[in-house]
Amino acid sequence: MDTFLQQLVNGLTLGCVYAVVALGYTMVYGIIQLINFAHGEVVMIGAMVAFTVITALAGSGMPPLAIVLMSLLAAIPACMLVGYTVERVAYKPLRNAPRLAPLITAIGVSIILQHLALLIWGRNYITFPQIVPTQTFALTGSANSATITNIQIAIIVLSVAMMAGLIALVYRTRIGIAMRATSQNAGVAGLMGINVNNVISFTFLIGAALGAVAGVMIGSYYGQAYYQMGFLLGLKAFSAAVLGGIGNLGGAVLGGILIGLIEAFGAGYMGDITNVCTLNRFLPGFAGMCEANANASLLGSNYKEVYAFVILILVLRFRPSGLLGERVSDRA
Amino acid sequence: MKMSYKLVFAAMLAAGIVGCGKEEPKKVEPAKAAAPVEPSQVVKIAAAGPLTVKTPHLGKDNENGVALAIEHANAKKLKIGGKLIKFEMMSEDDQGDPKVGTTVAQKLIDAKVVAVIGHLNSGVSIPASEAYNKAGIPMVTGSATNPTLTERGLKTVFRTVARDDQQGPAVAAYIAGEMKAKKVALIDDKTAYGEGLANEVEKALKAAKVTITGRDRTTDTETDFKSILTKVKAKNPDVIFYGGMDQTAGPMIKQGRELGIKATFVFGDGACTEEMFVKAQDAANGLVCSQAGLPSQASSAEFLTAFKAKFGDVKQYAPTFYDATNAVIEAMKKADSVDPAKFAPEIFNVSFTGASGKIEFDAKGDRKDAEVTIFKLEGGKLVPVSIVKGGVATKFEMAAAPAAAVPAAAAPVSAAPAAAKPVEAPKK
Repeated sequence: MDTFLQQLVNGLTLGCVYAVVALGYTMVYGIIQLINFAHGEVVMIGAMVAFTVITALAGSGMPPLAIVLMSLLAAIPACMLVGYTVERVAYKPLRNAPRLAPLITAIGVSIILQHLALLIWGRNYITFPQIVPTQTFALTGSANSATITNIQIAIIVLSVAMMAGLIALVYRTRIGIAMRATSQNAGVAGLMGINVNNVISFTFLIGAALGAVAGVMIGSYYGQAYYQMGFLLGLKAFSAAVLGGIGNLGGAVLGGILIGLIEAFGAGYMGDITNVCTLNRFLPGFAGMCEANANASLLGSNYKEVYAFVILILVLRFRPSGLLGERVSDRA
Repeated sequence: MKMSYKLVFAAMLAAGIVGCGKEEPKKVEPAKAAAPVEPSQVVKIAAAGPLTVKTPHLGKDNENGVALAIEHANAKKLKIGGKLIKFEMMSEDDQGDPKVGTTVAQKLIDAKVVAVIGHLNSGVSIPASEAYNKAGIPMVTGSATNPTLTERGLKTVFRTVARDDQQGPAVAAYIAGEMKAKKVALIDDKTAYGEGLANEVEKALKAAKVTITGRDRTTDTETDFKSILTKVKAKNPDVIFYGGMDQTAGPMIKQGRELGIKATFVFGDGACTEEMFVKAQDAANGLVCSQAGLPSQASSAEFLTAFKAKFGDVKQYAPTFYDATNAVIEAMKKADSVDPAKFAPEIFNVSFTGASGKIEFDAKGDRKDAEVTIFKLEGGKLVPVSIVKGGVATKFEMAAAPAAAVPAAAAPVSAAPAAAKPVEAPKK
């Protein structure tokens, strides 16, 4: 029970991080039908900028939470700037080009940003100074209890707050109406008096801000960052967005949390489920393997990403537009 | 702004960045000025290792070892085959990836290097060495420990470190004997090195009748180990052994402590660096690890001073890479030729005292009388606790000469390297 609870906590924390990054992907796709592959790199830049600020302020005697706040205040504008620049320079000129062109451009921008980070911050893994001491709380009373750390709690709370804030923004404000209108039909929205360019830029800014916060969260959670961390993270977050239904905010959240949980439970339990001696009890042919090594299993924790992607493929096979995606017919 | 203006600007920006960005860094070490009048020859020795991803700090450390050896050799103004030889280092980044490693191997062969000092990872060295062997170019590694490397009958593969079938049993003996552990969990990172070492440790532990609670796998690019550690924690081991490199081991031990795991973590040489303390801070204290050679503190004093002056502190295997380069140079002197076909067989016959002790190779290309050192990380520094040679463990004494014909260095290796520091709040 404790193990299950612990894996739940692990998966939830990871899932919240993926969800926040997935929101960035899903928003941009909803507005201009572009998969912004550079978003993972924006998250990475957020983490790196936060690292620079935290390292600079770590010795200054400010209270730790203030330092983290300062790093957020530095990372968010930095990422917004990157997001805005990328949009204006790389994506805007290609608004009317065939869909493949901005896609490839996005990949190119992602590579450029990675190497910019390599030039600025170097090739080594950078370690965040530990300014906030990690406190561990036990969840149950037993000796081997599941634990949750203060950083995990902060991540979950912050993610939920951001998701709620974003949903409030999109569904309760005027700019939100403009965003939804633009995503439904940009041409008609323009005719209705909405400044489509501004709305698109605003979407990128919000996405980048979310990415910056995600970057700071990842940096604090894992304690390290490096210039290529955005790539795999972006890939997984994008898959999460697709899993939940791309273009759908709630879908991105659901997809992110689901992928986090699948990774955690997959890594935690698949090894035991496919242990050769366990399999030997139900299926023929494993007796020899069980005797040779009782600890061997067919599928181990190193395949945890595989489990997430297998679930993605299965979901898409039966629900091509994702879990919460609407079945949209092609516009004539 | 007109669109064409932006296009040109963007193209220039992109070209400039890509041009200055990640290309396999070719380090060319200029030799000291050779007398221009005598017939001279430039001889290229290659250094290969991960320089941009995975463990770039270790790759750079090894490259520095090679660079120092080449600088010293050039200073000696050696004459081989009647010509004054100027050594040049050609450094390539193999990204710690076997696929890139074989491409790098081909590149080096085409560049007609006479020898390759590297690679860092066993998983890269093994496939790359096949290419080098076909081309007749000797490869001497100062860090690849997997036994398979020298078990294939290739006559051009050498190493100046111990093998995992010496390291594994040494670690297992320490776990079973000194630490008196009853239950051990094993994790590896599914690379040739990590898996191979974990296999050796598991074999030796089973022979010592220690209970193995489980054998788990992760990858060498993983960052989140909480799930796998939760699984391991459920079985309550006394010791968790991890076969892998420090960029995964650091986060692993940190996350393990966050989960409330009380077991002692034991690592192989891939994670036996002070980088562990940089990555995991207090969580790293108390870890046990092994290195497939003498501790760097016991390297020769001249090496340590020269290295420190030029590159700072030794991270791990710079001394063995220094010795590997010198082994090649010594073989060239013995054969009086810089032609790999002529001096490669002579590498079997070299015998000299290098930075890490006496260098001699056996018939397979392994280092004779290799030692394994067991360390403990205390107060952020790696402290050697015992040296295992030929299966016999001796407690490490800093003052006395360790089991090698090298005067023990008095200079203690100073504080943990680079990266972030001033920590004000009490750490976990």
